[in-house]
Order: sequence, then C-alpha cells, then structure tokens
Amino acid sequence: MNTSSSSVKSKSNAERKAIRAERLQLLRRNKAFLVGAFILSFWLLIAVFGSMLAPYPYDAMDFMAVSKKPSGTYWFGTNKLGQDVFSRVLAGTQLIVWMSFLATALGTIVGGTLGLAAGYFKGWFDIVLMRLLEAISAIPVLIVALLAIAALDGQSSGITVGVIGFVFAPNIARTVRAAVLSEAELEYVAAARLRAERTPHILFKEILPNVLPPIIVEFTVRLGYAIFAIATLSFLGAGVEAGSPNWGSQISENWAYIFSNIWWPTLFPAVAIASLAVSVNLISDGLLEVFEV
Amino acid sequence: MKKYILNRLGLSVVTMFIVATIVFFLTHILPGNVARRYLGKSATEDDLVRFNTKFGLDQPLFTQFYRWLRDLLTGDLGTSMAFNKPASELLLPAIGYSSRLALMSFLIIVPLSIAGGIVAAMYRGKLVDRILTVGGLSAAVIPEFVWAVTLILVFGVTLEVLPVTAFPTRGDPTIFSQIEHLILPSTALLLVLFGYIARITRASVIEALESDYMRTAVLKGLSRRRAVVTHVLRNALLPSIAVIASQVPYLVGGLVAVEIVFNYPGFGTILRDAVGGRDYAVLQSGVMLTSLVIVLFQLAADILFAVLNPRIRSRISE
Amino acid sequence: MSTAPSLELRDLQVQYTVRGIKKDVLRGISFSIAPGEAYGLVGESGCGKSTAAFAAMRYLPRNGSISGGQILFEGNDMTTMSADAVSNLRKSAISMVYQNPIAALNPTVRIGNQVAEVFELLGESESDALKHATEALTRVQIADVDSVMRRYPHQLSGGMAQRVVIAMALATNPRLLVMDEPTTGLDATVEAEVLDLVRDLRRETGTAVLFISHNLGVIRHMCDRVGVLYAGSLVEQGTTKEIFNNPSHPYTVGLLRCIPRGGLHKNTDRLDTILGTPPALGAKFDGCVFVDRCALVDDRCRTSMPEAVHVEPQHIARCFNHEKAQSMPRAIDDVQVTVSALANRPTTGTRLLNIDHLSKAFTQEGRTVRVVNDVSLSVGVGETLGLVGESGAGKTTIAKLILGLTGSDSGSNVVLDGKTLAATLSKRDVSDVGAMQIVFQNPDQALNRRHSVTRIVSRAVQKLRGLNSNESDDRAHELLSGMRVEASLHSARPSQLSGGLKQRVAISRAFAGSPQLVVCDEPTSALDVSVQATILNLLVDLQKQDGTSFIFISHDLGVVRYISDKIAVLYLGRVVEFGDSNQVFGGPHHPYTEALLSSVPNIDGSVRKRIPLAGTVPSPSNPPSGCVLNPRCPRMAGSGVEGLCTTVEPDLKEVEPGHFMRCHIPFDQLRITQQK
Repeated sequence: MNTSSSSVKSKSNAERKAIRAERLQLLRRNKAFLVGAFILSFWLLIAVFGSMLAPYPYDAMDFMAVSKKPSGTYWFGTNKLGQDVFSRVLAGTQLIVWMSFLATALGTIVGGTLGLAAGYFKGWFDIVLMRLLEAISAIPVLIVALLAIAALDGQSSGITVGVIGFVFAPNIARTVRAAVLSEAELEYVAAARLRAERTPHILFKEILPNVLPPIIVEFTVRLGYAIFAIATLSFLGAGVEAGSPNWGSQISENWAYIFSNIWWPTLFPAVAIASLAVSVNLISDGLLEVFEV
Repeated sequence: MKKYILNRLGLSVVTMFIVATIVFFLTHILPGNVARRYLGKSATEDDLVRFNTKFGLDQPLFTQFYRWLRDLLTGDLGTSMAFNKPASELLLPAIGYSSRLALMSFLIIVPLSIAGGIVAAMYRGKLVDRILTVGGLSAAVIPEFVWAVTLILVFGVTLEVLPVTAFPTRGDPTIFSQIEHLILPSTALLLVLFGYIARITRASVIEALESDYMRTAVLKGLSRRRAVVTHVLRNALLPSIAVIASQVPYLVGGLVAVEIVFNYPGFGTILRDAVGGRDYAVLQSGVMLTSLVIVLFQLAADILFAVLNPRIRSRISE
Repeated sequence: MSTAPSLELRDLQVQYTVRGIKKDVLRGISFSIAPGEAYGLVGESGCGKSTAAFAAMRYLPRNGSISGGQILFEGNDMTTMSADAVSNLRKSAISMVYQNPIAALNPTVRIGNQVAEVFELLGESESDALKHATEALTRVQIADVDSVMRRYPHQLSGGMAQRVVIAMALATNPRLLVMDEPTTGLDATVEAEVLDLVRDLRRETGTAVLFISHNLGVIRHMCDRVGVLYAGSLVEQGTTKEIFNNPSHPYTVGLLRCIPRGGLHKNTDRLDTILGTPPALGAKFDGCVFVDRCALVDDRCRTSMPEAVHVEPQHIARCFNHEKAQSMPRAIDDVQVTVSALANRPTTGTRLLNIDHLSKAFTQEGRTVRVVNDVSLSVGVGETLGLVGESGAGKTTIAKLILGLTGSDSGSNVVLDGKTLAATLSKRDVSDVGAMQIVFQNPDQALNRRHSVTRIVSRAVQKLRGLNSNESDDRAHELLSGMRVEASLHSARPSQLSGGLKQRVAISRAFAGSPQLVVCDEPTSALDVSVQATILNLLVDLQKQDGTSFIFISHDLGVVRYISDKIAVLYLGRVVEFGDSNQVFGGPHHPYTEALLSSVPNIDGSVRKRIPLAGTVPSPSNPPSGCVLNPRCPRMAGSGVEGLCTTVEPDLKEVEPGHFMRCHIPFDQLRITQQK
C-alpha cells in the first residue's frame, strides 16, 4: 500500500516537472524573453561582482583627468570631477537593483494579501479598501513618493523602498482582487467549502495557486516601474543618500554638460537605466505570453 | 442618468477627502518638527514659537486639519513659507504652463497610441505588431528624464534641429515657436505613454475582431474593412476611454521630470523646489490640485463611458 | 432554375494549425443538398460539424485552411472564388444562423440598424432599409416590432435575439440557410418556438437548409436527410427515416441506443454505452476512424479506411460490417464500487431530507428578487428527486440553499435525517457537511486545475472522514479505481483528462465522505451523449449499492425521467408540480408541465402537438399577481376560474395521493382538457 502511494507521489512530482519543462520550453523559444533574461543576468552579476571589476574607486577624483573622453584608460571617460564614469556605473548597479526588488516585493506581498482578502470576502471590507486604493492612485506615484520623502525628511533608500512598496500595493491589490473575484466564482471553491475547509486554506491553498500567474506577471511589471520610479527620484535628488553612486544622480549632476558636448557622463548611466528597465519588461512580456493571463 | 452622475460625483468627493487626509497627515507625521526642519538647526526656541504661531502650527492637529480643509474649500491654498506669499500666486501660473504642455502632449499621444494599437491588432503576430507592442512597452519603462536628456542630446545638441528648452526665451513667442519648443518634451512623454495605451487598445480590438458579432458582419457580406470600421472600432475603443483616463496620473508624474530637464516653469518645477525647500503649504496644495485634476478626468471618463455604452446607459436610466 | 444542388461538398478536407502542427478536422467529406431540402449534420463535440457549416459559408478561423476538395454553391466552386464574389454570395444568396444569438449581435448598435444593414448592403437607401427591416422582423413573428427595432441586444431574451438573427438571415430570401446549433442553450419551450418558426418559414420560402445539431431529436424533426459525422469523417448518410429506423454504422447504432428514451427507467433498464471517448482533434488513423470504440472491429478496420457502401440507393455507410451493425452486441459497462467502508446511514425512517418553506430573496440594484419562493419538498432514502424547469426557475439556487453554500432566508427549514440544519455551511457540523455533497455541471470549474486527481479526492476523504493523509491517499486511490479512473491517471491534473473522466473524479470526490445525499446539478450536460450514458450508469450503481439519495437537476427531460423516482417541476422559484415520476410524466399535468413536455422533440419520431406558452418568462423581481403562470397559461382561458388565477396565488395541494399541484383549475377538468 505504502509503496503504491509513494510511487504515485513521485509521479506527481514528475508531472509537475513536465508542466514546468513545457513552460520553460515556451520561454526558451521566446526571443524577447531570452534577450531580457540575458541583460538582467548581466546586471545581476554586476550588482554582485561590480565592485571587484571596477578599475577605480567610484568616488576617487583625479583633477588631472577632468572630463576626459572615453579611452583605453577611462573606458567610459571621466566626469567634471575627474571620476571614472565606468566605475561609477558599476557601483550604481547594486543600489537600484536591490531597492527596486525590495520595493516590488513589499508591494506584492502587501497588495497581494489585501487583494486576496478583498476579492474573497467582498462586502464592506472590499468597499472600504477599494475606496482607499482609488484615493491613493489618484495621486501620481512619483508625487506621493516626493511628498512622503519630504515629510519623512528621508534622504534614505530604506524610506524610499517603503514608500514605493506602499504606493504599488493598490495596483497589485487591484489585479489580484480581479483575479480572485472570478476565481472565487468557480465551483472548486464551493467544493472546498463543502468539505469544511477553513478560509485560510481556501485562500492560500486553493485560490492562490490559480492566481499566481497574474501575480508573477504583475510583479515583473511593477519591478520595471520600480526601476523607473527610483531612477527618477534619484534624478530629482530625492530618495537616496546624498553622495551615493546611483545612476539617476549621475545624470542629474552631469546632464547640463551635454551642451558642451560632454555627453559620456550622462549617456552611459542613461543606457544603464534603459537597459535594466527594458530587460525586466521583456521578461514580463515573455511570462505574459507563456501564462496567457 | 442624473442619479448615476450624482453617485459618481459623490464617490469623487469621498476620494478627494481621503486624498486630503492622506496628504495632510503624511506631512504632519512627525508633529512639531515642521518648524525645526524648515528653519534648520540654528533656529532659537523663540524663532520656532514665532514660526509656529504664524503658520498655525501651535494648534491641535485636528484643528489644523479642519482649518486647512476649510481654507482649501474656500480657495485659499495657504502661504508659501519659502517666498512668504500666497501659494496660489506660485501654483496657478505654473499649472497654466503645465496644462499647456500636458494638453499638447495629450493631443499627440492619444490618437497616435490608439492608431498604433489598431494597426498592431490588424497585423497581429506580424513584424509590425511585434515592433509596436514590444518596442512600445520597452520605451514605456524608460523614465522620462532619460528620454528627455537623450532627445536633447540627439536633436538639440548633435543634430541641432529643435530647441532644447520648452519655453521660448527671447522676445514675444509666436504660437508656432511655442509649439516648436514643446515638441521634444511632448515626445518624451509620448514615448512613455504610447506603449500602454497602444497595448490595451490592441487587446480590445483583437477581442472585437474575434467576436461573434464581427463574424455576423462578415457573414452578412460586409467587406473586412467595412466590418472593422462599422462594427469593431466602436466596441473596441470604448474601453480605451478608461485606459486613457487611467494614464493621466502617469502623465502628470512625468511632467515633473520633463519640465525640469527642459527648464519649463511649470508646476513640476515648483513642486521639486517645494520638496527641496520643505515648503509644505505649496507641496500640499500642489498635490491636492493634481489629484483634483486626475479625479475630475476619471469622473469625466466614467460618465463618457456610460453615455457611449448602451449596456450601462440602459441599466442606469432605469 | 438550375438543377445543380444548392450546396455540394466534394471530398472537402480542412486542417487547423495548432502550435505549428497541422491537424485534420474534416477528412474528405462529401454530401449535397438539393434546392429546398433540409439536410442535417449530427455528431458529438469535436467531430467537425461546425467547421463544415462555416466551410459552407467559406469562412474558416484564422488557423484553418482548406487542404483539398471543393465547396460548390449552385455548381460554382467557392474555394476558388475571389473574396468579393464570396461577399456578394453572402449578401443575398447564402446566410447563416448560429448558437449564442446575443453575442452574434453587435452590442452597441440598435437592432433596427443591424437588420437594416443587410438591405443597405444591397444598395437600398437608409429609409427603405429600415422599412424592410421592420417587415423582416414582422415575418419572424416579433410582436412589438417598433420597440424591438430601437433596442440593443442585451435588452433581448435569447429566444427574441435568435428571432432577430433569423430575420436577418432570411431578410434577402437566400437560397441556402446554414444553421449551426441554432437552439442550443435556449430553454425547451423557446427552442420549440424557434424550431416551429424555422419550419414555417421554410415552407413559405423553400430555402435549402444545412442544419447542424448534436441533438438527434431536433435533427429528426427538422431534416429530410441526415449525415452522421465522426472524427471529421461522414460515417453514414441517408434519409432521416432510414437513419433513425435502419441505422447501418456501428456509431449511429450506438448513438441511438445510448440516449435515455421515454419509457426507460433506472429500475428496469440499463443504458447502453459506447466504449471509450471520442478521439482528440486531428488524431491520425490508419483505418476506420471509429476503430477504437467499435464493437464489430476486425483486422480490416484497423488497416484500411472502409469505402462508403450503399445500404439503400439513398443510404450509405462507411463500414465493412454494416449489415451486422444493428445486431451489434449491447455495450454495457459494469461498475463495481465499494464506496462506504464507513457507512453513513440514515437513522430515522425512510424520509431522508425535508425542506419546508425554503425561500431566498436577493437584492439587485435596489430591487428585491425572490429567486426561490416557499419551496417545500422531501427526498426519501435511496430515492432520486428530479428538479425540472427552465432557466431562472431557481433549480441551482435551491441546491445551493440545501447545501448551505448560500444562506436561506429566515423561516426556511432544512431537516436532514431528523436534524434541523443551520442555514449556512460554516455553522453546520462537519458530519452534516459531509452528508450532503454535489456534482457540478462543469468539471473544469469544479476541479482545482492546480491540484492532482489524487489530491482532489484525498483531501475530501481526509477532511470528511478525519483520516491522516496516507490513509486518505490510499482510500482516494480505491475510490478512483472503483469509479474506473485508472491508477496511471491519479497523478494527472484535471486538464489532462477527458470530460467524462473529469466528471468521474468529481463524483469520486462527492462520495469521499460517504454522503447520504448527493445533488447532481446537470452532471452530464457538458458531456457528449456517448459519455453521458456511462456517467448515468455509474450514478445509478452507486445509488443501488449505498442507498444514496440524489437530487438530480437537468434540463434534459429524457435523462430526468430515466433516473428519477420523484419529480418537482419549478417555475419562477416555485414548485408548480410534485409527485411520482409516473404521475408527473403521465399526467394529468400542471399546465406548465404540459407545455414543457410538449416542447421536447422526441427521437422516436412521435409528433406531439405543442402546447405553446404565451410571451416570455417574467422577471422574478416583478412577478405577475395571482398565479405566476397566468399571463402565459395555456389552460386558463375557458377554465372558468380566470378570476381566481389572476388574483390569488394557488397553494401546492395534493390532487391525488402523492401528487401535488399549484393550480386553481380542478384536477378532473385538467384531465379532460388534456385528453382532447
């Protein structure tokens, strides 16, 4: 008896693997996804090992080499303070990758839980929550963030992560809620109630696995927006510790010099932001196609 | 219908009240410290007391909230701490400028994005579709300020074909030169908003193309082109109204960065300065005005949608 | 007038490309329809009948392509015509009516304009077109044409929408009308009206018709000749009479045998089945397409496709053994299940469930909608109660109220085995929850698609019997194997199973806690007829072994009659008739029951005079005063009690022992009028 049931269990693992393998197969055929995954892995490696690869300390100034064009010595040139642009781009990677990931994860967990509850319980809880969320989304993300950062007097990346996560939660909650609303109508939920399952079991074991695909896609979409928002905030001089080597500040410090044709301290971080954001977008696009949500 | 509009209006008022609550309590989350934060470490106790009395900060929090709300409703936007003059004098002209930029951008963005979505849907699976959807959405995740500096670098500095500021600096600007100056800033906003609107439009056009009623039209003997024009577009474009309204907050958010790069005296610039200078009255009123515009847009979109959609129209007219 | 057939398909082959792989959907089918003839195509889902219908309009889905053969309309090959030429044919010569009429109409255009468009395409001015549209709508017997012209599709009932679509299709007097499941999804009485309308119009216009349906009864009533499709192949063709009286292909024979016909009952007859399941779309065959399910299969069948053989001059069958088809052995599946190791037997007498004054009102947009109104019923031990009624009658809501999925209004009383149950599930004991279970209509929605078959059943065993997970897994495997779900499938996800297997899993789950009562809510409606029989047999076996009681909901009166001991007929949330199956089906009937029964097209070909119901079902938010049936009642006029009918709602009273009715007309008077 026991052997038969364990063999069935191992088979169900094999089954799961087969489904996963098919999805991977589809992703592997999706060129946009592959390009995105490649670029993102590149930036993740830089985020981890970037400091070891940097030829100069990111904040070392060399007044003998101010605003040098890109060359063999300074691959991306130097800025007006004689800092190596290449080293600064490498050093800026870690902060934006971590901040955007944490902010999105926070927003997904908070928003996902709220959305799950709102979609399942409906009633006053849902009404109040949705009103609140609508109000929050009536203020542009960037402006809420600016307001909160000013109010909390926070030139700190931690506060920015919290604020972005908080502002993203409504959007995620709305996506999850919509998915749960249609899912809760399905009869397997009634079947679960008819075997006296508790609500948490129904929410997390029955419904959640079925709404996971839209949550995953929403996560990647939000991750793109988090990169977008954090880069913009640091460009505006808010949200990150002053003096930290981040891409947005690098552009805001240097873009005025493009009129003097010193384009390299601006262009390279700009390309970095663009490629990171686009890579995440390509990944979410690929997932969208595979999950067909 | 009247009942429906009143109902929507009521909900908008509730939304605005919640926004006001969030804005007010967020700025007062660290009570008593406004003066210290504003005046800096060197200020004496006397300075602080005088500052607090002048701006009513010595009152209980709820009294302050009540007064602030009452003032807002009577059109008093508060006093700028940094410039020591009514915030409205700073905000209203700035909002005028911003609206001009926003309107111009909107007039470009909406038709282009919808057309892009329709083209992508008609050629779905083909190269044009991939370029429009993947390209459009990729462009949309690159921040406006990145687009703005790149556009300046390419068209302003390298090619020298377009002005690099959004505001004509010399002499009396003609309409033409005003528009010319707004081309690059509008493009930066377009690049960010195009992808999303186009994608949603594409999805609803495809849904309509695959609908049973489209099949009915073709089987009645309509040519594909005529069937698309008379049966698909009307149904497919209805949802776009909601999508466009939902993009207004992103447009407004985008203005901040674009105005700064293009040196445009709009409300984004004011807001950035207010954040930098901890000018709370300007900040609060600025956010409230922004939200008001957004909520009004969404209200208008809801009503328009209801008017154009017979299903909702008949339900609410009963 | 040319002598060419209106429509002729010659060896037509159609392929669909699915994920880059070409799949055969039509494997060379040939038939022709003479001018004025009605030709029926019948078959199960996935056999290619809709594809054939749309091919006749030269309309294929984006991934479909014609890979061979010809489609001749009056002798002209449509496969080689230009798009303009095809459009011109569609404008005036051929037209189509299909399933789901509300979706077929543009939701944002008024009905009048949509009908008028047909005339505008022929070059008429707008005002002429609107005038002709009015005439076209009048022709399909729409009463209030002017008001309908101004409405939008969502403001029409399904039957009304189908009339509009038919009006549009017949507006230009086409020479060929293609109808693809035109009445599927409509209620029985509405279906009967629409079919009558089509028959009348055809008599008037002489239009040739290609009629597609899965329903053999409808085909028998509507068509002159019939083709039977299986797996994209036309396996048999002949006059309607020949096909139904002298079927000569094993598939046709099996199909006709497995339908629960009038007179069959679970106590005396076991349903025939067709072994196995229909093949997947585009499956490859070396020999006959029916080889895997045929009782007469031999070596020839496996290696070569049989040619079409003439049984009679007008009757062909693609079978090597066609002369043996009718003497084919009966296919009866035996199920041996031991469900209740731990029996959960009723303890108090023979009445298992008593429902008293069950009511439910919802508030919808500020209005109160009484969906279920004062329903009292009872179910005996080991007995099946059939719930019958059209959409909106409240069948499913009653089931949900009994199960506690939806809370009933105060004053309602549900007593199971002598114990009064709380209104909602969360307040009931686990043992009471396990005692009543349900099998839903659509197993795709009823089984969690992320869970394995074992997990679905095992979890129910675990919760309802309090076993640990190893024991419950073992028990789940036993149950599933007993219900003929092979062990190799226990680790699969529901999406990997066929519809019939999914429903077996759902039944296994329902029986996991050895229930006393199982609600079967349209359990076979999503299944093909050949699969339906095996599911019904399984349910009957389970009932016989365990004495389980059923509440069986179905719109298919043949199925209900076969499986039920007692019948309750519902109209607008009320029980209008309740009694033994024989009493309800045998009569005298409640006037509503009478109308309902008379609208079912029988497959035995017997023609019953249809008793029509006037108008449409009223909204439950605004029911008529008096008897709720009175504005539509076929027997009220001339009954002598009209005054009562329009003012006082009748009670459910016992008219003969065990037979209850909600009607003012005296029982004996009903007996006399219904015998005429």
